[in-house]
Amino acid sequence: MAESIQEINLNNDSPTRDNILITSVDQLVNWTRRSSVWPMTFGLACCAIEMMATGASHYDIDRFGSGPFRATPRQADLMIVAGTVSHKMAPRVKRLFDQMPEPKYVMAMGACTVCGGPYIKHGYHVLKGVDRLIPVDVYVPGCPPRPEALLEGLFRIQDKMKRERVLDRERIGLRPKLLVE
Amino acid sequence: MTPDKVHEILKAKHAQAVSAFDPNPKHPSIKIAPEFWRVVAKTLRDDCGLDYLVSLTAVDRAAELEAIYTLEVMDGARCPIHVRVLVPRDNPLIATVEDIWRTADWHEREAWDLMGITFVGHHNLVRILCAEDWEGHPLRKDYKSPDTYHGIKNNVT
Amino acid sequence: MNAPHIPKAFAASDVRSEEMLLNMGPQHPSTHGVFRVVIRTDGEIVIDSESHVGYLHRCFEKHCESVSFLQSVLYTDRLDYLTSMGNNLAFSLGVERLFTDLVIPERAEHIRVICAELNRIASHLLAIGTYGMDIGAITPFLYCFRDREKILSIFESICGQRLNYNYVRPGGVAYDIDDSMIAAIKDFCKYFRPKAQEYDDLLSNNDIFVRRTANVGVLSKELALSYGVTGPCLRGSGVKRDLRRDLPYSIYSRFDFEIPVGTGERGTLGDCYDRYMVRVREMIESLRIVEQAVSQIPDGPFKTDQIKGKLRPPKGESFIRVENSRGELGFYIISDGKDVAYRVKCRAPSFHNISLLTDISRGAMIADMVAIIGSLDIVMGEVDR
Repeated sequence: MAESIQEINLNNDSPTRDNILITSVDQLVNWTRRSSVWPMTFGLACCAIEMMATGASHYDIDRFGSGPFRATPRQADLMIVAGTVSHKMAPRVKRLFDQMPEPKYVMAMGACTVCGGPYIKHGYHVLKGVDRLIPVDVYVPGCPPRPEALLEGLFRIQDKMKRERVLDRERIGLRPKLLVE
Repeated sequence: MTPDKVHEILKAKHAQAVSAFDPNPKHPSIKIAPEFWRVVAKTLRDDCGLDYLVSLTAVDRAAELEAIYTLEVMDGARCPIHVRVLVPRDNPLIATVEDIWRTADWHEREAWDLMGITFVGHHNLVRILCAEDWEGHPLRKDYKSPDTYHGIKNNVT
Repeated sequence: MNAPHIPKAFAASDVRSEEMLLNMGPQHPSTHGVFRVVIRTDGEIVIDSESHVGYLHRCFEKHCESVSFLQSVLYTDRLDYLTSMGNNLAFSLGVERLFTDLVIPERAEHIRVICAELNRIASHLLAIGTYGMDIGAITPFLYCFRDREKILSIFESICGQRLNYNYVRPGGVAYDIDDSMIAAIKDFCKYFRPKAQEYDDLLSNNDIFVRRTANVGVLSKELALSYGVTGPCLRGSGVKRDLRRDLPYSIYSRFDFEIPVGTGERGTLGDCYDRYMVRVREMIESLRIVEQAVSQIPDGPFKTDQIKGKLRPPKGESFIRVENSRGELGFYIISDGKDVAYRVKCRAPSFHNISLLTDISRGAMIADMVAIIGSLDIVMGEVDR
């Protein structure tokens, strides 16, 4: 944000001195949005434990504005799919994603959600990658990923938010695609 | 309750039901003919005091399906006794024991779900682990996982 | 004081309450994973409930039939992902039982016990922390995770992973531990002992917490036994059953430790508070075992040299149970002499512990349902496998 803000100093005795900042609407909206990414509490398996660890005292995701884990999709704008998605769970994941308000972002956390992970070959009941079901913005590999990796994934989401335009409702060029084979 | 003692009691009460006995101290097991299983189970619980069904393992033995009931005395852990019941693969019917050991309820549902053994008389024999509309019994050796499930590709290697 | 005057139009007998079906889960912050329970309620009272599991069915048993014994250890990690060391230990003991003359080196046995008990502490810390959060106390969660991180960093130095360790393997352990790790474990023991008092002050003696958990979800001894409940849930009902003592495996028979049981100190025997207290006290007992094991750890090899090349157990069957942090974890392993198992069945403690939810939740309030599920401390990876 800092680089795009211009302070207006007309002259030294002006009443507007140190009081007016100029920036673009896009910059301002994106700055507020990326500074308070609210993830949804969506723990499925082992990765959920690392997600909890990221939110707890040692790694403290609150430092980056993502502290409030919301239990309902209607209050969240980031879905961290943390853990293996089975075929039985898949319709629920899709429904939760549909319930989230736009703009929404999805992070695939862990090998299972990226591609099926250790279950890719013999896991008859495991969805081989959550991008077959919902569009994924950022992939965080690892089994499970370390909390630092999850934080890095959050930064990549924030980078993505930085490039968005307010008038571009459809998020052209930024919206991820479903994996279709 | 030692395995030998259990075998003795069963021999005395249901001589024709016991078809094999392996007194291996590390892994004692008794084989029971499926048609006698329910009465034998009652004897095992009431007369032998085996009141704890630790586990129910369903095994695919090619021509037959096997259900291995692992039984133990709850009061004081000792080496458990394994009771084998073998049924033909094309008609796998075993009488339920869910009213004898309450643990059997979910275990029988699981064995039906994954191995396809039908437990006659079970009050709610529906799939427990796989999705409701899943086809086939995955732990059978000839199981092929579906190529697609609800339009999503499944076999991707 | 006189009874308040109630107009006749509002007499309690006139009010009709209707039954309602309430779906809880599979996405719910307090069902500890993807557990779904359909509750039939009359107002705020639970009349009946039906549990649905399987949302995390990851085909564990199929994998064990498809990959080699050594690779199967990796999948046991992901059963009860909070107690991976215990799962590894159970599976390894099961495979070792198939051999007739396998001798595990003393050092490996000690490392196994140390890791399993440290992992039990980490698992109970998480159980206590999240239980506090279910009830509405967020601070204990942060405190518990602070101490859990210390155990995880010890594990990380030992085997390189924070979770899903894949460390204890058939024949010994994967890597040796060095003096700096032993020193770190000793430091942790010194650090953690006074912390237990802190948890007592924070949570155990907290009046709100006690009121939310005492006399709630009473699990009688008979009901627990009939459902095959094990672990802290069974001991919370006053049954002194612990496989580490009753059917010792590895080298547990050498250590001196107590088995805490529920006493009904704040309410009825077998209520949520008792199950919680058993976990708190078990952490101290585990710490005692770790201290003893660390002080007498011998030098020597960390894995047996009897297994050369591919791990190929002889033909046979074995059944093993160990006392994991949630109860008795069992593996029924059938080998046909190949390097891949013919059949592996996992007897998961949480699978039994959660099957009685219908019985103990009947008549409870909906808010108590959360307390009951939290006190049973289930891990869905293990229920669904």
